[in-house]
Amino acid sequence: MEWTMILTKLGEGMLVSIEIFAWTLLLSLPLGLLVAFGRMSGNVFLRGFVKFYISVMRGTPLMLQLMVFYYGPFLLFHVSLPGGYRFIAVLIGFLFNYAAYFAEIDRSGMESIPKGQYEAAAILGYSKAQAFRKIILPQMVRRTLPAVTNEMITLVKDTSLAQVISVSEMFLAASAIAAKEASMLPLFAAGIFYYVFNYLVALSMEWAERKLSYYR
Amino acid sequence: MDRSNKAAKQMDRTKHVGRVKEKMMVMEIRHMQKSFGNRKVIRDLSLNVEEGQVTAVIGPSGSGKSTLLRCAALLDPMDSGELLYLGQHAAVTNADGKVVYAHRKKMKEIRSSFGLVFQNFNLFPHYSVIRNIIDAPMTVQKKSREEAYWAGRKLLSRMGLSDREDSYPYQLSGGQQQRVSIARALALNPKILFFDEPTSALDPELTGEILEILRDLAAEHRTMVLVTHEIEFAGNVADQMVFMDDGAIVEQGSPNEILNHPKQERIKTFLNSLKRRRKGICY
Repeated sequence: MEWTMILTKLGEGMLVSIEIFAWTLLLSLPLGLLVAFGRMSGNVFLRGFVKFYISVMRGTPLMLQLMVFYYGPFLLFHVSLPGGYRFIAVLIGFLFNYAAYFAEIDRSGMESIPKGQYEAAAILGYSKAQAFRKIILPQMVRRTLPAVTNEMITLVKDTSLAQVISVSEMFLAASAIAAKEASMLPLFAAGIFYYVFNYLVALSMEWAERKLSYYR
Repeated sequence: MDRSNKAAKQMDRTKHVGRVKEKMMVMEIRHMQKSFGNRKVIRDLSLNVEEGQVTAVIGPSGSGKSTLLRCAALLDPMDSGELLYLGQHAAVTNADGKVVYAHRKKMKEIRSSFGLVFQNFNLFPHYSVIRNIIDAPMTVQKKSREEAYWAGRKLLSRMGLSDREDSYPYQLSGGQQQRVSIARALALNPKILFFDEPTSALDPELTGEILEILRDLAAEHRTMVLVTHEIEFAGNVADQMVFMDDGAIVEQGSPNEILNHPKQERIKTFLNSLKRRRKGICY
């Protein structure tokens, strides 16, 4: 294979990895917040259901979950889905898995805000939604930032799991080329890619933490 | 319902005719009860607060003073009794003995009639001093930024904090933080202002600055309920004094009656123990 060819293949894989990362992050953060509300709900059934969902998502391998989301529809309901479903299945799997983790982070963040903050907001006449948006959420984001950074870094590396349902992300692309060319170099390049990606993630989150540390 | 209609009519008369001198009740508590688990914290307590009146609530720790305030401010639900603001029911006890609170829309209106200053300030740490004061007027009362800002500036200068507008709460002393929280409460222009031991979290040398502001507010005839351990100060500013013990009002009257001529033995004991303690500190 020619070098340009190899670089194109790796580049394509890289884009897929970045896409999985970006979509998962974008969708699972808000979904995680909703799940956290469900987890803290006064409704026993909702709370129980959400607790069960979180424990399954955290208690089983993401790799297995991806397979279930991809093969499940056909094996269980004999629905055959179009080829593009492969990538959708990856997104669904990552979304539900990461939302569960983010939900627990959000919950711990919300519970760490002193009760007096909720009470002051109530006395001043804020509705529950206003109090959450203006008083609780900003303080919660700051408190949960380090934990969210951890999850983001794990997510970057987890994108490589998409290969179990043959989505050609960075790692699968690299190992395919490595096998063909009988060379370790493509895998080494993949390693560098993950490292640089995570370095940038850590850097931007550090910046965000600094930005939010204007108060105590 | 009957009662609230009557109160509303009275209000009308005062407003339009001005001949009826009867003072308006800003807050009425009737037969309030509250328990935490098996422990009764408030026992059948009734209290009225007239417009322009400063009410001081004193008594030993654990007598239920703060709980009374928290129930009145709708932070804690009461177990039975009635609660009215400006003649409107915030809570009633129905025939089954259950407390029913007003509906959301009415509750919003009722909530706007009182403010509360907390013992430990509870300022919003992520907001600057001025934002702490003007955010509620903008968010809750939908005032324009301009209007809220100028009102906020005025309050800040009154609190002697004009130069701290852009500071964050953590940069202020406890006394300054408490002054900001008083300004925050005043910004919404409540009909009645509750103070829950506003100087208890402060160093002794900082309580003076807060008491001075309270004295100022009292002189303006703002309607206030003050839960405090500063007995002497309370005696100076209050129109009505309430002595609480074990969840009930032991005696209620003018500060002079309560502090100098108490009828109840319990009050004498309490006041004497305070005197002894103060002497102890002096020596």
